Amino acid sequence: MSKPKVAVSWNSSCGGCDESIVDLEEKILDVAEAVEFVLWPCAMDFKYEQIEALPDEDITVSLINGAIQNTDQEHVVKLLRRKSKIVIAFGSCACYGGVPSLLNLKNLDDSFRVSYTNSPTVINEQGTVPSADSEDDGHALSLPSVYKSVRKLDDVIDVDYFLPGCPPTASMIASALTALLEGKLPERKSVLASNKSLCSSCSRNDSKPETVSIKNLVRIHEVKADPGLCFLAQGIICMGPATRDGCDYPCIKGNMPCTGCLGPFDRTDQGAKMTGTLGGLLEAGDEEAAKKMADGIVDPAGTFYRYSVAASLLGGKREGEENE
Amino acid sequence: MTSEFKPKIIAFLCNWCSYAGADKAGGQRLECSAEISIVRVMCSGRVDPQFILEAFRKGADGVLVLGCHPGDCHYRNGNIRAMRRMAVLEKLLVQFGIEKERFALDWVAAGESEKFQKISQSMTEAVTRLGPLKLKGYVTR
Repeated sequence: MSKPKVAVSWNSSCGGCDESIVDLEEKILDVAEAVEFVLWPCAMDFKYEQIEALPDEDITVSLINGAIQNTDQEHVVKLLRRKSKIVIAFGSCACYGGVPSLLNLKNLDDSFRVSYTNSPTVINEQGTVPSADSEDDGHALSLPSVYKSVRKLDDVIDVDYFLPGCPPTASMIASALTALLEGKLPERKSVLASNKSLCSSCSRNDSKPETVSIKNLVRIHEVKADPGLCFLAQGIICMGPATRDGCDYPCIKGNMPCTGCLGPFDRTDQGAKMTGTLGGLLEAGDEEAAKKMADGIVDPAGTFYRYSVAASLLGGKREGEENE
Repeated sequence: MTSEFKPKIIAFLCNWCSYAGADKAGGQRLECSAEISIVRVMCSGRVDPQFILEAFRKGADGVLVLGCHPGDCHYRNGNIRAMRRMAVLEKLLVQFGIEKERFALDWVAAGESEKFQKISQSMTEAVTRLGPLKLKGYVTR
């Protein structure tokens, strides 16, 4: 019997998800022994023509990371969908849009201005920005065109499973791959992690006072955080209450609050849940005090939806809407 | 077109004060805005911010949350919690390009039928002036 074929592909992402597969350390050798990689642009040399030449559904599983932001990415993931039995949205960008989808809070022109003209390290006197068709020295050049908004993977193709995390931890990947190879995957469309909040397993849960009440909001770099006490009880925004459990809280262990990378639990909007939780904890007796405390949250959308704007109620794709 | 625009406004009213206030306005036959669709909840503290975002996502042009006056909450402090949450939510909505006039939190007691009438009308006027809400999944301005 031939080995199951595996494809790993990336879109708008940082490469951290690919790195996290390598982080399986010696377990990666068992994986490489058990499967045949047919595509992995970050780590190995393959050509897309080879994928096109495969029969449909020939690839056992495609692990696709990164958000979708241009026509080329859409083309590749649609190709992989056709050639794969199972598609796993790998990492929070593929699952929820991730950090790239923070762009949906701004517009693309602003983003181009920052990247290509206004940055202190950029000199661009002609104000050149990427465009789909251009001409240089009489040679026409066509590039993939960039969408105005960033999409999560399942806005573009049908996705079978979701493995969130920025990146997913080695143990999450190992258990997902083991379940896959042993044919023990849960119901289709499942998120391959717990459906409880991070607080449910957090080691600092017991340190939480009966009622958390925040008098002063502080940011992590402004104080020396107590390594044993619940961050919210210290007035530091920790996304734990609105974030899915399953990462084994490495950030908390490193005395850093949760930033929410595993995304929301089923059927919730991460930012709405965090607004509800955090808002309720603020110690403010009247509207003026509440507004003043709310002003202490520097960038609520960016903080509460750092990894999930494309999956949010207000910043996500709406039914029937085209990618543009 | 704009002159014919009738906004859709979803109003979450607490059972004990504001809903009774709206009911009284109806009993007195006060002329209230017909653009307001009321959802009765047990307490303004029960209004999860997700309800409000869902309302906007599903086509509301404005959302109103009304509760008991501070100190009058049937559950002691539900309205205070709502007030704190909505202060954070207001900032969040603006970041998604939703003008702050499209969302309001206010207090209406069971006897304040005229206040309900006034709020329903001023909210409708404000939202009508803004026109339909366009959520594009990204901020256009």
